[in-house]
Amino acid sequence: MRTRGAFVEGVAAGAPFLLVILPFGALFGVVATEAGLDLMQTFALTSLVIAGASQFALVQMLSDGAPAALAVLTALAVNLRMAMYSASLTPHLGKAPLWVRALAAYFLVDQAYAAAIARYSRRPDEPLPRKIAFYFGVLLPVVPVWFLGTLAGATLGARIPPEYALDFAVPITFVAIVAPMLRSLPNLAAAFVASAAALALAWAPYGSGLLLASAAGMGAGAAVELALERRRPAPEAQDERRNAA
Amino acid sequence: MTPIPDSVFWSATLALGLGTFLIRFSFLGLIGGRPMPGWAMRLLRYVPTAVLPALVAPLIAWPAAAGGQIDPARLAGAAAALMVGAFSGRMLGAVVAGMGALYAAQALMG
Repeated sequence: MRTRGAFVEGVAAGAPFLLVILPFGALFGVVATEAGLDLMQTFALTSLVIAGASQFALVQMLSDGAPAALAVLTALAVNLRMAMYSASLTPHLGKAPLWVRALAAYFLVDQAYAAAIARYSRRPDEPLPRKIAFYFGVLLPVVPVWFLGTLAGATLGARIPPEYALDFAVPITFVAIVAPMLRSLPNLAAAFVASAAALALAWAPYGSGLLLASAAGMGAGAAVELALERRRPAPEAQDERRNAA
Repeated sequence: MTPIPDSVFWSATLALGLGTFLIRFSFLGLIGGRPMPGWAMRLLRYVPTAVLPALVAPLIAWPAAAGGQIDPARLAGAAAALMVGAFSGRMLGAVVAGMGALYAAQALMG
């Protein structure tokens, strides 16, 4: 089976996430239980949404007594970044059968996106079945562990001592995902502009600042890439120019 | 914290689940195998290095666990993760370095 190798490589790429997803899931289980959700409710939320930050946002707002519609809209805004993940994966997975795309979309978590796009950027011409196999390979150690972590946190119910600073496992993970990608000028520009804009827009309603800052970062990356290309044209571009002359 | 009524919880959870799926499915579902235009691809190349820093910068600058105040230990952890990740290219090493630096800084500052 020629896709097995890609699936196994996906599992290997997803495995390191386990170390942060397990405590993060457990933390959500604890928070949800403390907010008064029972085990079934906690599990339903975590398995229907599979997006930690938005789950925290929803539980926080509902237990603060916010209107359900407002809580849902806020949590959805937190997840809007996934539309960009969806768009970014489409050139690679867009030709897959509809049910495969639907399944891939249901489980499109940050970690799956990060691992998959890193691989697809390195090997853009890999055949579709291998790209699909890699994607679901990444999910194998990620999604069940998220469910298990949540259940563990909810059933143990024990407080995770604050001195473990597990709140910071999430930001650290995001930094660790991005840092290895910061090896070109356009990527550095994108990251710098996006962070600066996100800090400057911190007053904006939650989610909207994130979207504006992301758009600014993407624009900066694309602009720097264009500027670099103009200064030092790629070989194909030079050929085109010669042909045109 | 007030208890969340069952009806509120279930309607909110189903709405968030459905909405999140639609967001994730948006482009994968609608566009299918059609190629994306070049300018779109140029922008999309920078999705990860724009969205994740935008998401994470406020979490690092004003962590909720520190009451939304700047916290030197968490800044040190983030800086360590960034440096180790950028220079080694290894994600897990960056996580370990980041959490390690955070614990070390917390221990030092008591």
